Order: sequence, then structure tokens, then C-alpha cells
Amino acid sequence: MGCEAVKYELVSGFETHIELQTKTKIFCGCTTQFGGEPNTHCCPVCIGLPGTLPVLNREVVRFAIKAGLAVHGEIAEVAKMDRKNYCYPDLSKAYQISQLYAPLIIGGYVELSNGRRIRLHHIHIEEDAGKLIHQHGDTYVDYNRGGVPLIEIVSEPDIRSIDEAKEYVERLQQVMRCIGVSDCKMQEGSMRCDVNISVRPEGSETFGTRTEIKNMNSIANIAKAMEYEYDRQVDLIESGGKVVQETLRYDDATGTTSSMRSKEDAHDYRYFRDPDLVTINIPREEVEALRAELPELPADRCRRYTDELGLPEKDAQLLTKYRRISEYFDAACEGVKSPKTVSNFIIGQIFRRTETESDKERFEVATSPEQLNELVKLLDSGKIRNNLAKSTLEKMLDSGKGALDFISESDMGGVDDGALLELCRAAIEGNPKAVEDFKNGKEKAIKALVGNVMKNSRGKADAVAAEAKIKELIG
Amino acid sequence: MGTIAKIHEMLVGRQISCAELTQRYLDEISAANGELNAYVCVTGDEALAAAEAVDKKIAAGEEIGMLEGVPMSLKDNMSTKGILTTCCSKILTGYKPIYDATVWELLRDKGAVLLGKTNMDEFAMGSSCETSCYGGAANPVNTAHVAGGSSGGAASAVGGNLAAYSLGSDTGGSIRQPASFCGVVGLKPTYGAVSRYGLIAYASSLDQIGPVAKTVEDVSLVYDAICKPDKRDSTSKGGSETYSTLNNDIKGMKIGIAREYLDGVRDDVKEAVLAAAEVYKSLGAEIVYFDLPILKFALPVYYIIACAEASSNLGRYDGIRYGYKTAHYNGTHDMICRTRSEGFGGEVQRRILLGTYVLSAGYYDAYYKKAQNLRGTIIKAFNSAFESCDVILAPTVPMTAFEKGHAVSDPIETYLTDICTVPVNIAGLPGVSIPCGFNAKGMPIGMQLIGKSFGEAEILNAAYKYQQAAGENFKDTKWGVKL
Repeated sequence: MGCEAVKYELVSGFETHIELQTKTKIFCGCTTQFGGEPNTHCCPVCIGLPGTLPVLNREVVRFAIKAGLAVHGEIAEVAKMDRKNYCYPDLSKAYQISQLYAPLIIGGYVELSNGRRIRLHHIHIEEDAGKLIHQHGDTYVDYNRGGVPLIEIVSEPDIRSIDEAKEYVERLQQVMRCIGVSDCKMQEGSMRCDVNISVRPEGSETFGTRTEIKNMNSIANIAKAMEYEYDRQVDLIESGGKVVQETLRYDDATGTTSSMRSKEDAHDYRYFRDPDLVTINIPREEVEALRAELPELPADRCRRYTDELGLPEKDAQLLTKYRRISEYFDAACEGVKSPKTVSNFIIGQIFRRTETESDKERFEVATSPEQLNELVKLLDSGKIRNNLAKSTLEKMLDSGKGALDFISESDMGGVDDGALLELCRAAIEGNPKAVEDFKNGKEKAIKALVGNVMKNSRGKADAVAAEAKIKELIG
Repeated sequence: MGTIAKIHEMLVGRQISCAELTQRYLDEISAANGELNAYVCVTGDEALAAAEAVDKKIAAGEEIGMLEGVPMSLKDNMSTKGILTTCCSKILTGYKPIYDATVWELLRDKGAVLLGKTNMDEFAMGSSCETSCYGGAANPVNTAHVAGGSSGGAASAVGGNLAAYSLGSDTGGSIRQPASFCGVVGLKPTYGAVSRYGLIAYASSLDQIGPVAKTVEDVSLVYDAICKPDKRDSTSKGGSETYSTLNNDIKGMKIGIAREYLDGVRDDVKEAVLAAAEVYKSLGAEIVYFDLPILKFALPVYYIIACAEASSNLGRYDGIRYGYKTAHYNGTHDMICRTRSEGFGGEVQRRILLGTYVLSAGYYDAYYKKAQNLRGTIIKAFNSAFESCDVILAPTVPMTAFEKGHAVSDPIETYLTDICTVPVNIAGLPGVSIPCGFNAKGMPIGMQLIGKSFGEAEILNAAYKYQQAAGENFKDTKWGVKL
């Protein structure tokens, strides 16, 4: 009998809700702005007063089409709105206007860095619900968020690891931010994920029974919840039990999942076509016009950076994560010889000053891309050396001033061969111990000699040439 | 001359001031409403204020419109800012909307004087007005009989001369049936002709607002004023003007009679409708008979679709934001359950349950989807019928107004009273009910003229010509304001 342990594969699909940044709500003219005093961004329509009717905000359709195009989805020619009936105090009409039978976008995919494509089942538009506020033992309801437009991106169960799950969510954030349809702030709820997860023995073709973890509001929690749920399901199966299809909630404090409702208690949403709204027709010309409006997408930009600019994959990924960064990079690269140098400055130095993700998203940097461009061009032309450029950039970032405010004429211009020879001789004469060490096989000792040359040339000497010259002289 | 034209003439001719006229209506309402129960809310102060504004205009020598200063009423399911709007349901106890329905905006802007809100079956569900939480409205022809429903209060108010006209709503016959029972004229416009914004929904794909009045020309004037496209209602398209063509010659007009419409209809009703056909012949119209076998599915299709939509539309009444809320409860879920169980009447609960059932997983295809498919078939059948005729003539109701209490005791028979009216709602067509005779007990009989989509001008033209030829069927009652 073989007693090799069975390995289990994780299988996961995501339902991702993303709030669209249209100025007004999906069915009325109220603002979509986050926050505000409770129930001040409301009108008779979005609080569902008797007799009111929804009127579809066409801008929502346009935003959703852009989102669909950005993930390679097919835009339906005819879409319809349906009612999803359920009773909850934050839902003022007791139904959410959504799409089931004829969604706006069919299919599509998100490509991961390992080359795998996570296929999308569809994307539909719908309205958000309000929020319950529990305070002083009472429950209050705030309808400001009610009627804010959402897209729900429903993936196929194509995700096979927690890393893939994290990257999937990051990719969606990146692309939706890039095309400007949403800020995708998980902490503010403008992006929320329901995670479907099951496990199966590696090599198996059939799916295991899945559970659904509702309303995940950070990538870190998604990873933690999936890890917990994967272990729980594997343990259950290995101990002879069965996974029960149910909806779970994740408790951040304990890092565990717990049941919200079982399959038997699942809602029957009694979906039907909303009779208050007419069929949405989407002419192909409109789709093409929206396609033309799309900016260069992160994946395309990333490919351009590696293929055309010769950046390493890792650099390209980092630079394309946020639209502002890649725009900064593109502007700073204008006419430079080596884009990699620009990348090094951004990733090596500027990123140290934009540590958090939201800093990176805003990318507010004292030095303009044009100023960085000027610095890189000084380097390109050989007028200054790398060390000087680096320290100058720090000063620029501190002050917002240009490179030439810190670099004098005398700093510029290289060290000619004669001068270099003098400097090297001086270094050898002045450091007999280092010379001795090097001769005794201590390779590193040469660094001290090169350092001496650099110091005395105030950083203008070519360190590589200096090392070669010193070796030649000692040799 | 129609009531509206007469009032207009009196006001312009300064035979009476608008305030005096309005006061007369208010006085008659306080005298008669105890017995007719047509109004559930009277807005005397607002009415007099509106009347005074009209009087000022007249005094200043300004011209006034036909509807200006004309006292009227609205069914209690139309949203009126600051004025109780309850759908005659306990669950909307004390609800004063913060916005006006589009129809009321349109009429108010034309200087209409709102006398109050009229009685109706709770949430427009019923055919006798007796499911109202305020009790039913009485038939002004004979108060031992019901006014019909659901717009019973509107028909009772108009028949009892307690308003020059009234707006009702018609989901399965709710304007035409009470108009028929009370001997007045009621128009259910084409779906989309009149904005539904502010009409508290019963069944959204069937509901339509329309006028009830004593004469065809009154109905025509009011319809012309309210058939405007509305940006706030995506399904609204607006209709076209009808008044100028009322008196057009109908020689050669093809009036169709579907044999199925006469099946199961009481003899006195059938005779009156066939006599009306003879009147049309004498006016030069041609009568064509045809079959419309699909009609037998109309009633089940109607009850499935209407209840399904109602079950969703009425979900919002949970006691949280407005209206009735139960006094004692244990948690949110219990509060909602109790509020709805106590706040909704029996008929409304029955339809919510039915509608919830036909939409549930596992039953949707068998009921709702099938009903939707049949709805398409019924629309096609009407379209082909209109290839051989211009308007369709049919009874409005298979019977005359029943005695009070009858509907409550037999809900299934009451559902059957809708059999002639629901096909029009399912197909979204216009239909007008006009009086065409009386039975042996003197209760009015109504007939309906059904038109092509947006064919209001045609059916009102035919209705007007009939009214001219058979004026004896348009009788006044003893009640209310005598102009």
C-alpha cells in the first residue's frame, strides 16, 4: 500500500464588485461621492419612495463598456435590467436592480504574470445598497451609497493559488484605475470581493464542493481567508468529512471563517426583468468610440517597456502598477539613451519616498519628470557620473529644485586619462597597506584605492576605468 | 356640453367665481361623502387657495385654460406632496409624500383645483373598492351597489358630481370597470402614453393612469393634458392630441367584435353592446365579427404577471422609512413580518403570496415565463385583429355593479369580472368605457372601445359619436353639484 500523502489543488473563482466613478448615481441625479452626512446624497428615487421610477444613467453603461473592453470582454448588443428581490433594511425597494438574464458584457479574461488567463464569465451593472450603522444599541440606515453604480465581475473558477488570487485582484485594480472607471479602494468599499473556493486532489478533473467567503475588503485578508479555508477544507476531507456548500464570513480578528447560511437557506432572489426600465441597445459605433478613448492598458504598457525599452520584467511590472507612475516614467524617458537608468532612479530612489500603496497611486513627487529627464541627460552625455547623479537626485527630491541648482560647471566634465593616471598613482602611494593586501590576494582591497580616486576627483572619475588603471599599475 | 367646458364658460362668463364653485363642491362632498365614501382625504384649504389664484387671474382679465379652475380629484395612489397618499392601505398610514406625481404636476400647472384623494381598493387590488382600508365607495346610481374597482372612488365622485373629473389608474380594468358600473366614461390610455412617475405601483408593466369623467369630451380634454412624455419614466412615450378629432365622421370605420368577448356575458349586457353596434351601423360604420381564441388565456396571464410584479413592488413597505409600523416586536425581522402582516389586507397578502410563488426557483418557467410568452402571443393576436378592423367593441364587464359584500364573499367570481378588461392591459392598448344602457334594475351597463397602440384619437372619436347618437344612456344622478 502506498501511503504517499494526497496533494490538494485549490480552485477559486471571484465575484468582484467595483464602484464606478460616474458623477451621479445609476438611476437618479444624486452625487456618488463617498461619505457625507448620512442620507444627504439621496432623493425620492434612490430611497425608493412609493411611485418613483429609475432612469438609467447612460454614463454607467459607457463606464461599464470601457471596463469590459479593458478585460477583453464581448459587449452585448442588447442588455436588460432585472430585479433581484431580497429584504434587508439597507435596500430601500426590497429589490436591487441588477442584471441576470442579459448582462452588458460577456466573457473576457485577466492575464497573470505567469501567462495564465483567468477567464471571466460576464460583467454586469447594478446598484449598490445603503449601509447600516450600529450605534448606542440602535441600528440606523444611511442611503448615501444606495444607487451608486457597480459593476460585478464574475470570473470562472480558474484561479489555482493564493498568489494567483492576489495577482488577479491587483490586475483588476490596476486596469480599472488606469482606464479611470474606479479608484478600487478596498478599504473604502469601492472594491469588494466574494471568494468562491474549493479543493480537489491534484490531477482531478472534477470540482470539489465550494464555499463562498463574502465581502472581502483587503487583499491581505483575501489571502488569509483563502489560506484558512483551504486548510479547513483539506483537513475536513482528510478526516473523512465532506465540505458543505455554504456562504461564509471571514473574521479578521480571529483569522477564521464561519457560516452565514447554508445552501438550504440560500436566498431565492426571484429574479425577473425590471418592468420600469427599457432594453439597453448598444450600437457598435458607440463601442468603437469608447475603445478609441481607452488609454494604453497596463499589460500593453508592460509589454512595451520590456520589448521596446528593454526593461527587465520586474521593472516593467513595478512601473505599470499605477497609471501615474507609468506616465511619470514615460515623461522622464523622453529622449534619454537608457530607459533603464530612469527606471533605476524611480524604483531605487523615488519609491523610497512613496512607501505606501496609496502614495504610489497618487505619486506626488517634488521632482517633476522633466527635471528627472534633465538629470538623466546629464548622465547620458557623460557630463556627470552616476554617484553624483544619485546624490543630486536626493537633493532634488528634498527641495523640488532642478539638477543644475546642485551641480556646478566644475563638477561637470569627466576626468581625462592623464588626470586619471595621476589620481591612481596618488592613491597607490598614499595607501601602501591596501596595495599590500591586494597583492596578498585580498581582492576587495582594491575598492579602497578606487574609493580614494573617486573622492579626490569629487565623483567625476570613471570608477571602472580607475580600477583597471590601478590594477595595471600595481600589476 | 361637457362638464369641463360648462365650468370654463361659467368662470369666464363670471357667472360664478372659482372660489364659490370650489366651495359648492366641498359642501356637496361633506354632505354626500358619508354615504358615497368616494373621498378618503379632502383638501379644502389647498383647493380654495388654488381657486382664489384662478379668480385673481380672471379678475385681472387674463385668459384661462380649459382645465384652469376646474375642481377635480386624484386616486389615492398618486403621489401628492404634503397630502396624504395611502393607496387606501393601513400600511401607508400617515404617509405624506415629499414629491408630486408627474400627472399632478401637469394638471396643477394648468390650474386644476384638487378637491381631494379618492377611494380605491387597497393598492388597486380588487374590483369592488371594498378592499380599501376605509371601506368601499358606494355606487351613486344605487348606493346598495358597489362603485366597482379599483378606482371606485373616482367613478363614484364623478358619477355623484363631487368632481368634474378624476384621475384613476387601470392595471386590469380599474378605470373602465368602475366607470361602467357607475355609468360614466373612463379611459385607459396606451401603456406609455401617460407618465407613471408618482403612481404607486401595483403591476408596473400594466399600470396606466387615465381620466374618469361624465362625457367623452371631458375625458378627451384631460387625456390631452396628461399624455406628455416624461424623462422620469423610461417607459413613457407620450400620446397625441384627441380633442380636435372627436367629431370626425366615422362613416366606413370598421368596428370589430370578437365573439369570445361575448362568451359568458350576461344577456342584458350582451344585448346593450349589440344594440350599440346597431347604433354604429346607423352612423355608417361597418361591423366585422372575428375570433380571438387566445383571450381565454388573458385572465391567468394577467394574474400571474400582475401578482409577480406586485410581490416585488410591495416589498418596500417594511415599517422602516414611512407608513405603518407594528407596535411590539423583537428584532428587525420580526418587526418587518408583523408590520406587513398587520398593515396589508387579505387581498394584498393573497396577491403577494401568489406573485412570490410564481417567481420562485423551480416555478418561474412554469408560470412567469410561460405567462410572458403568452403575453407576446396575445399582443400578436390583437395586431392581426386590427388588420381587419379599426377599433374593437366589447362589453366592459360581463355584468352590472353587484351589491355590496358580494365581492368579498367570492374572490374567484370577482376575478372573473376582469375578463373583458385585462386583455387591453396585457397588450398595452388603449380602451375607453362608455355607458350603453341600463339593466332592469336601472344599473348602468358599459361598453368598451379598444384601439390600436396610441389609437386614443380613434376610440374617443367613435365614443363621442356614440354619445351624440345615444345620449339617453348618459344619465345624471341625484348627487352633488348641479351646474
